Amino acid sequence: MSTGTITTQKVNFKVFRFNADEDYLPYYEDYSMDVTSEEVVLDILNRIKWDHDGSFSYRRSCRHGICGACAIKVNGRSTLACKESMTTMIEYFGNDLTIEPLSTKRAVKDMIIDKGDFWEKHESVTPYLVTDIDEAPTCENLVLPHDAEKLNEADLCIQCGACHYACPAVEVNEDFFGPAAFAAAYRFESDVRDSDTDRLKAINEERQGVWDCVKCYECAEACPKDINPIEKITKLHQMTFTAGIAKSNVATRHAVGFLHSIKKHGLLDEGGLVLYSEGLGVVKHIPVALKMFKKGKIIMPWNMPKSDNLDEIQKLIKSSSTAKF
Amino acid sequence: MGKLKYALFTGCTAKQSTPEQMMSTMAVANKLDIELIELTEASCCGASHLQDYDDFLSLVLNARNIAYAEKHELTMVTICNTCQLNTAMTKHRLDNNAELKAKVNEKLAEVGLEYKGTSLVTHFLYAIIDDFGLDKIKEMVVKPLNKFNIAPFYGCHNIRPSELQNESHNKKENPYNPTSLDDLIIACGGVNVDYEEKNKCCGFHVELQAPHTAAVLAGTAIAGATDQNADMMVTPCPLCHLKLDTQTKHSSEAIGREVALPVLHMQQMIGLALGCTSEELGLKHHVTEVGFI
Repeated sequence: MSTGTITTQKVNFKVFRFNADEDYLPYYEDYSMDVTSEEVVLDILNRIKWDHDGSFSYRRSCRHGICGACAIKVNGRSTLACKESMTTMIEYFGNDLTIEPLSTKRAVKDMIIDKGDFWEKHESVTPYLVTDIDEAPTCENLVLPHDAEKLNEADLCIQCGACHYACPAVEVNEDFFGPAAFAAAYRFESDVRDSDTDRLKAINEERQGVWDCVKCYECAEACPKDINPIEKITKLHQMTFTAGIAKSNVATRHAVGFLHSIKKHGLLDEGGLVLYSEGLGVVKHIPVALKMFKKGKIIMPWNMPKSDNLDEIQKLIKSSSTAKF
Repeated sequence: MGKLKYALFTGCTAKQSTPEQMMSTMAVANKLDIELIELTEASCCGASHLQDYDDFLSLVLNARNIAYAEKHELTMVTICNTCQLNTAMTKHRLDNNAELKAKVNEKLAEVGLEYKGTSLVTHFLYAIIDDFGLDKIKEMVVKPLNKFNIAPFYGCHNIRPSELQNESHNKKENPYNPTSLDDLIIACGGVNVDYEEKNKCCGFHVELQAPHTAAVLAGTAIAGATDQNADMMVTPCPLCHLKLDTQTKHSSEAIGREVALPVLHMQQMIGLALGCTSEELGLKHHVTEVGFI
């Protein structure tokens, strides 16, 4: 409940409209409204439908930030409409707001999108507990608090799709599972009761798996439940090494290559890293490398700078390393 | 205001593939009378990849870097977005988890160091905005960049995750509508260009493992800036710079459209406005032609 005074201001909305059954192209409709500081984005969607155009379509259900149905985009920002306050949106973007579905290219009708790719990818990570069930248990199957904490709140995901459709890798690479699927994979991988062996292998595959994450942190920013999917993606990376299923490929060698380089120089040897990661594939980088060399951007191995007190770094690597490849 | 003094964490690219970034950082610091003590002991931050393999080792190495800034009793200034993120994230995790901090310090003690948490970590862009002030930059401009439409390219690791990033500086940045670099362009007399990709990813971090994704993202960004009539782009991140400046052939092929724009490091843009020479700013080290500047 608000303790402050309720204020009202005029906001101009540009709203994405499209009906796949009738329209050849989408268009935008303008609505101007007085918006109070008490309203959330969903109130605006409701008012457009109830006061302006009954055909305006969007998904909504719980109005309590738990069903995940009403995620849309406001000025390009993934937003759970029932949770996001209009005051925050105005603070972020001013009084001209653009309302769009999570993915305009997947629009079916106005805010409603075909989330098929989201669910397909979700399904690909075996998003459920795989375990031998004792059908006649003699006592409760207890999970200790310490073990429950390992889920790291990944179980709070409501599958709203906010992170998935904020992810640039999902937009470019249609095989990429995306942050929500990875968060789900992590949720079950970190569950002490789970004994699945395929899930980690699936997220370890190139193109679809975690190695294609661009590390932009859009998912961390977009998640309305503060699940921080990229943190789970990082942990999944680590799990592939811990479980010994990380294959030697350009992606894994790229991660491990940093260690080798730091051990040798303290700093990263850029050329050395590309060579170590790519192996023979390094030849495809020659044209760009030549251009860079001409501009004084490539240092010869014998001129590679080293960190001062390199012995300290080497000693720390020896004593603090926790992973094996 | 006394003389500003910082511990400089150069990162690895400034010492190798972006020498112009190192040169222009020092040239601008000189012009602004800012003293930068280079942390020559610092190691690579792991560039968001080492932690995928060994999280604890990554923490120890980054804590060691910060410990050296603490020895100087100075704020650490970074000049690479990814160095900034990795260092600030290490600081955040250690400052908020006594047990983890103790574990890391147990290791650092082996080499006679301690992470205390006394030094702030901030990117040079925000040090300039918070501590030096854009008004003062404006007063010092001798060659206003008013002929140029300049497209800011913020780089992910300076603006996201915003909760963490906004711990590092006073200027509150909205990751969906950042303004710091726009403000800096305006202070340098330039015309800031608004375009959709200004806060998006350049793809650098998957250049080896997902080259197509990387090329599409970089190409789309350059195209976005071009379509809003940008004459050049400017970025605070040397990794974005490498992606946007050196890979235009791949980027063009990936998006099916010829794209190339001159890309300046933030320091080079300030340097130009303050009257530094193109030699001082290392403009000859660019792959995409910047001759007309």
